[in-house]
Amino acid sequence: MLKNLLTGALVAGVASGLVAAALQFAFVIPLILEGELYETGARIHFGASSPQSPAGSPGLGGDWSRHLMTVTFDVVSYTAYALILTGLMALAMRQGHGVDARRGAVWGLAGFLAVQLAPAIGLPPELPGTIAGEVGPRQAWWTFAILATAVALWLFAFVPRAWAIGLGVILVLAPHVIGAPHLDTYFGVAAPELAAEFATRSLGFAAMGWVVLGTIAGAMLGREA
Amino acid sequence: MTTKTIRNTAVAGDSRLGAIFAVLAFGTVLLFAAGYAQATALHDAAHDQRHAMAFPCH
Repeated sequence: MLKNLLTGALVAGVASGLVAAALQFAFVIPLILEGELYETGARIHFGASSPQSPAGSPGLGGDWSRHLMTVTFDVVSYTAYALILTGLMALAMRQGHGVDARRGAVWGLAGFLAVQLAPAIGLPPELPGTIAGEVGPRQAWWTFAILATAVALWLFAFVPRAWAIGLGVILVLAPHVIGAPHLDTYFGVAAPELAAEFATRSLGFAAMGWVVLGTIAGAMLGREA
Repeated sequence: MTTKTIRNTAVAGDSRLGAIFAVLAFGTVLLFAAGYAQATALHDAAHDQRHAMAFPCH
Protein backbone atom coordinates (compact mmCIF):
# COMPACT_ATOMS: atom_id res chain seq x y z
CA MET A 1 0.00 0.00 0.00
CA LEU A 2 2.67 2.49 1.06
CA LYS A 3 4.81 1.45 -1.90
CA ASN A 4 1.91 1.94 -4.32
CA LEU A 5 1.09 5.38 -2.94
CA LEU A 6 4.75 6.43 -3.04
CA THR A 7 5.25 5.12 -6.58
CA GLY A 8 2.13 6.88 -7.87
CA ALA A 9 3.07 10.14 -6.19
CA LEU A 10 6.68 10.00 -7.42
CA VAL A 11 5.63 9.37 -11.03
CA ALA A 12 3.04 12.16 -10.88
CA GLY A 13 5.39 14.55 -9.08
CA VAL A 14 8.42 14.08 -11.31
CA ALA A 15 6.39 14.17 -14.55
CA SER A 16 4.34 17.25 -13.62
CA GLY A 17 7.42 18.92 -12.09
CA LEU A 18 9.24 18.60 -15.41
CA VAL A 19 6.19 19.89 -17.33
CA ALA A 20 5.89 22.81 -14.90
CA ALA A 21 9.62 23.55 -15.23
CA ALA A 22 9.36 23.60 -19.04
CA LEU A 23 6.40 26.01 -18.84
CA GLN A 24 8.24 28.20 -16.33
CA PHE A 25 11.36 28.42 -18.47
CA ALA A 26 9.28 29.35 -21.50
CA PHE A 27 7.00 31.88 -19.84
CA VAL A 28 7.91 32.79 -16.24
CA ILE A 29 11.69 32.66 -15.63
CA PRO A 30 12.42 35.25 -18.38
CA LEU A 31 10.22 37.70 -16.46
CA ILE A 32 12.08 36.92 -13.19
CA LEU A 33 15.38 37.65 -14.93
CA GLU A 34 13.92 40.86 -16.37
CA GLY A 35 12.77 41.83 -12.86
CA GLU A 36 16.31 41.35 -11.60
CA LEU A 37 17.49 44.06 -13.98
CA TYR A 38 15.39 46.51 -11.93
CA GLU A 39 16.37 44.85 -8.63
CA THR A 40 20.07 45.42 -9.38
CA GLY A 41 19.55 48.86 -10.92
CA ALA A 42 20.75 47.76 -14.37
CA ARG A 43 17.41 49.09 -15.59
CA ILE A 44 15.60 52.01 -13.95
CA HIS A 45 11.88 52.68 -14.18
CA PHE A 46 10.36 55.81 -12.62
CA GLY A 47 13.66 57.57 -13.30
CA ALA A 48 14.13 61.30 -12.62
CA SER A 49 14.45 62.31 -16.27
CA SER A 50 11.86 59.88 -17.64
CA PRO A 51 9.47 57.39 -16.00
CA GLN A 52 9.92 55.00 -18.91
CA SER A 53 12.27 52.06 -19.27
CA PRO A 54 12.96 49.67 -22.14
CA ALA A 55 10.90 46.47 -22.14
CA GLY A 56 12.21 43.00 -22.88
CA SER A 57 13.72 40.05 -21.10
CA PRO A 58 17.49 39.57 -21.12
CA GLY A 59 16.83 35.89 -21.98
CA LEU A 60 17.77 32.87 -19.95
CA GLY A 61 21.51 33.55 -20.13
CA GLY A 62 24.15 30.92 -19.57
CA ASP A 63 23.88 30.22 -15.85
CA TRP A 64 22.93 26.59 -16.29
CA SER A 65 23.79 25.50 -12.76
CA ARG A 66 21.24 28.05 -11.48
CA HIS A 67 18.62 26.81 -13.96
CA LEU A 68 19.38 23.19 -13.12
CA MET A 69 18.68 23.96 -9.44
CA THR A 70 15.38 25.57 -10.45
CA VAL A 71 14.35 22.44 -12.39
CA THR A 72 15.44 20.27 -9.45
CA PHE A 73 13.40 22.27 -6.95
CA ASP A 74 10.39 22.30 -9.30
CA VAL A 75 10.52 18.51 -9.27
CA VAL A 76 10.93 18.48 -5.46
CA SER A 77 8.00 20.86 -4.95
CA TYR A 78 5.71 19.03 -7.35
CA THR A 79 6.68 15.70 -5.76
CA ALA A 80 5.73 17.17 -2.38
CA TYR A 81 2.40 18.35 -3.84
CA ALA A 82 1.91 14.91 -5.41
CA LEU A 83 2.53 13.11 -2.11
CA ILE A 84 0.01 15.30 -0.30
CA LEU A 85 -2.56 15.14 -3.13
CA THR A 86 -2.17 11.34 -3.40
CA GLY A 87 -2.55 10.96 0.38
CA LEU A 88 -5.75 13.03 0.34
CA MET A 89 -7.10 11.13 -2.68
CA ALA A 90 -6.43 7.86 -0.84
CA LEU A 91 -8.31 9.24 2.19
CA ALA A 92 -11.28 10.07 -0.06
CA MET A 93 -11.12 6.57 -1.58
CA ARG A 94 -11.32 5.09 1.92
CA GLN A 95 -14.61 6.93 2.29
CA GLY A 96 -15.90 5.34 -0.92
CA HIS A 97 -15.13 8.08 -3.47
CA GLY A 98 -13.69 6.93 -6.78
CA VAL A 99 -10.51 8.44 -8.23
CA ASP A 100 -9.36 8.31 -11.85
CA ALA A 101 -7.58 10.58 -14.32
CA ARG A 102 -10.62 12.80 -14.99
CA ARG A 103 -11.48 13.26 -11.35
CA GLY A 104 -7.76 13.69 -10.73
CA ALA A 105 -7.81 16.75 -12.99
CA VAL A 106 -10.47 18.28 -10.73
CA TRP A 107 -8.34 17.37 -7.69
CA GLY A 108 -5.46 19.17 -9.39
CA LEU A 109 -7.58 22.28 -9.96
CA ALA A 110 -8.63 22.18 -6.31
CA GLY A 111 -4.95 21.96 -5.35
CA PHE A 112 -4.26 25.01 -7.52
CA LEU A 113 -7.08 26.92 -5.81
CA ALA A 114 -5.85 26.05 -2.32
CA VAL A 115 -2.08 26.21 -2.75
CA GLN A 116 -1.61 28.91 -5.39
CA LEU A 117 -4.68 31.08 -6.00
CA ALA A 118 -6.00 31.55 -2.44
CA PRO A 119 -2.66 32.67 -0.92
CA ALA A 120 -1.93 34.78 -4.03
CA ILE A 121 -5.09 36.82 -3.37
CA GLY A 122 -3.40 38.16 -0.23
CA LEU A 123 0.25 37.80 -1.23
CA PRO A 124 0.58 38.23 -5.00
CA PRO A 125 3.51 36.39 -6.65
CA GLU A 126 6.53 38.63 -6.11
CA LEU A 127 8.80 39.80 -8.87
CA PRO A 128 12.43 39.89 -7.65
CA GLY A 129 13.14 43.27 -6.11
CA THR A 130 9.73 43.48 -4.45
CA ILE A 131 10.09 44.74 -0.89
CA ALA A 132 7.65 43.02 1.47
CA GLY A 133 7.12 42.50 5.18
CA GLU A 134 9.05 40.00 7.32
CA VAL A 135 9.14 36.57 5.72
CA GLY A 136 8.01 34.75 8.90
CA PRO A 137 4.54 36.33 9.24
CA ARG A 138 4.02 36.07 5.49
CA GLN A 139 4.84 32.36 5.55
CA ALA A 140 2.47 31.92 8.51
CA TRP A 141 -0.40 33.71 6.72
CA TRP A 142 0.38 31.81 3.51
CA THR A 143 0.20 28.48 5.34
CA PHE A 144 -3.06 29.50 7.04
CA ALA A 145 -4.62 30.52 3.70
CA ILE A 146 -3.66 27.19 2.13
CA LEU A 147 -4.94 25.06 5.03
CA ALA A 148 -8.21 27.00 5.47
CA THR A 149 -8.96 26.84 1.74
CA ALA A 150 -8.04 23.15 1.48
CA VAL A 151 -10.29 22.20 4.42
CA ALA A 152 -13.10 24.29 2.90
CA LEU A 153 -12.77 22.55 -0.48
CA TRP A 154 -12.82 19.15 1.26
CA LEU A 155 -16.03 20.15 3.08
CA PHE A 156 -17.65 21.40 -0.16
CA ALA A 157 -16.71 18.22 -2.01
CA PHE A 158 -17.30 15.49 0.55
CA VAL A 159 -19.60 16.74 3.33
CA PRO A 160 -22.93 17.61 1.66
CA ARG A 161 -24.47 19.30 4.72
CA ALA A 162 -25.58 22.88 5.25
CA TRP A 163 -23.25 23.37 8.24
CA ALA A 164 -20.28 22.14 6.17
CA ILE A 165 -21.03 24.58 3.36
CA GLY A 166 -21.39 27.41 5.88
CA LEU A 167 -18.15 26.50 7.66
CA GLY A 168 -16.43 26.18 4.28
CA VAL A 169 -17.49 29.68 3.23
CA ILE A 170 -16.18 31.08 6.54
CA LEU A 171 -12.88 29.22 6.08
CA VAL A 172 -12.46 30.44 2.49
CA LEU A 173 -13.01 34.05 3.52
CA ALA A 174 -11.20 34.01 6.89
CA PRO A 175 -7.61 34.53 5.62
CA HIS A 176 -8.76 37.49 3.51
CA VAL A 177 -10.86 39.04 6.26
CA ILE A 178 -7.86 38.78 8.60
CA GLY A 179 -5.64 40.05 5.80
CA ALA A 180 -2.11 39.17 4.74
CA PRO A 181 0.81 41.07 6.31
CA HIS A 182 1.54 44.11 4.15
CA LEU A 183 3.80 47.12 4.47
CA ASP A 184 2.29 50.61 4.66
CA THR A 185 4.58 51.85 1.90
CA TYR A 186 5.06 50.89 -1.76
CA PHE A 187 8.62 50.14 -2.80
CA GLY A 188 8.22 48.82 -6.35
CA VAL A 189 11.11 49.63 -8.67
CA ALA A 190 10.06 47.56 -11.68
CA ALA A 191 7.53 48.55 -14.31
CA PRO A 192 3.98 47.79 -13.05
CA GLU A 193 3.20 46.03 -16.35
CA LEU A 194 6.06 43.59 -15.71
CA ALA A 195 4.94 42.83 -12.14
CA ALA A 196 1.34 42.28 -13.31
CA GLU A 197 2.38 40.03 -16.17
CA PHE A 198 4.63 38.03 -13.86
CA ALA A 199 1.82 37.50 -11.33
CA THR A 200 -0.75 36.35 -13.88
CA ARG A 201 1.69 34.15 -15.76
CA SER A 202 3.05 32.38 -12.69
CA LEU A 203 -0.53 31.66 -11.56
CA GLY A 204 -1.71 30.62 -15.02
CA PHE A 205 1.11 28.17 -15.58
CA ALA A 206 0.83 26.88 -12.01
CA ALA A 207 -2.79 26.01 -12.85
CA MET A 208 -1.58 23.98 -15.84
CA GLY A 209 1.06 22.22 -13.72
CA TRP A 210 -1.52 21.31 -11.08
CA VAL A 211 -3.97 19.89 -13.62
CA VAL A 212 -1.21 17.74 -15.10
CA LEU A 213 -0.24 16.67 -11.58
CA GLY A 214 -3.80 15.79 -10.55
CA THR A 215 -4.51 13.93 -13.78
CA ILE A 216 -1.44 11.70 -13.48
CA ALA A 217 -1.88 11.18 -9.72
CA GLY A 218 -5.53 10.25 -10.26
CA ALA A 219 -4.65 7.85 -13.07
CA MET A 220 -1.93 6.19 -10.97
CA LEU A 221 -4.16 5.81 -7.92
CA GLY A 222 -7.25 4.76 -9.91
CA ARG A 223 -5.26 2.03 -11.62
CA GLU A 224 -4.53 0.37 -8.29
CA ALA A 225 -8.08 0.55 -6.96
CA MET B 1 -13.44 -18.25 8.76
CA THR B 2 -15.64 -15.21 8.66
CA THR B 3 -14.02 -13.84 11.81
CA LYS B 4 -10.58 -14.30 10.28
CA THR B 5 -11.57 -12.43 7.13
CA ILE B 6 -12.93 -9.52 9.12
CA ARG B 7 -9.80 -9.32 11.22
CA ASN B 8 -7.60 -9.33 8.13
CA THR B 9 -9.63 -6.53 6.61
CA ALA B 10 -9.33 -4.48 9.78
CA VAL B 11 -5.56 -4.94 9.85
CA ALA B 12 -5.29 -4.01 6.19
CA GLY B 13 -7.44 -0.94 6.84
CA ASP B 14 -5.17 0.18 9.68
CA SER B 15 -2.00 -0.16 7.68
CA ARG B 16 -3.66 1.69 4.86
CA LEU B 17 -4.39 4.65 7.08
CA GLY B 18 -0.81 4.49 8.35
CA ALA B 19 0.47 4.53 4.78
CA ILE B 20 -1.73 7.50 3.92
CA PHE B 21 -0.43 9.52 6.86
CA ALA B 22 3.16 8.51 6.07
CA VAL B 23 2.73 9.84 2.50
CA LEU B 24 1.11 13.06 3.77
CA ALA B 25 3.91 13.59 6.32
CA PHE B 26 6.63 12.93 3.75
CA GLY B 27 5.04 15.40 1.35
CA THR B 28 4.78 18.08 4.04
CA VAL B 29 8.45 17.71 5.04
CA LEU B 30 9.51 17.94 1.40
CA LEU B 31 7.36 21.03 0.86
CA PHE B 32 8.95 22.76 3.86
CA ALA B 33 12.42 22.06 2.48
CA ALA B 34 11.54 23.36 -0.99
CA GLY B 35 9.39 26.30 0.03
CA TYR B 36 10.10 27.50 3.56
CA ALA B 37 13.64 26.73 4.71
CA GLN B 38 15.67 29.94 4.93
CA ALA B 39 19.16 28.36 5.13
CA THR B 40 21.19 30.39 2.66
CA ALA B 41 22.37 27.54 0.43
CA LEU B 42 18.88 26.08 0.18
CA HIS B 43 17.33 29.50 -0.33
CA ASP B 44 19.70 30.47 -3.15
CA ALA B 45 19.26 27.15 -4.92
CA ALA B 46 15.48 27.29 -4.65
CA HIS B 47 15.23 31.04 -5.35
CA ASP B 48 13.86 31.14 -8.90
CA GLN B 49 11.56 28.23 -8.27
CA ARG B 50 10.11 29.92 -5.17
CA HIS B 51 9.44 33.11 -7.08
CA ALA B 52 7.94 31.22 -10.00
CA MET B 53 5.70 29.20 -7.64
CA ALA B 54 4.74 32.29 -5.60
CA PHE B 55 6.10 31.03 -2.28
CA PRO B 56 6.95 33.90 0.08
CA CYS B 57 10.68 33.92 -0.64
CA HIS B 58 12.59 36.53 1.35
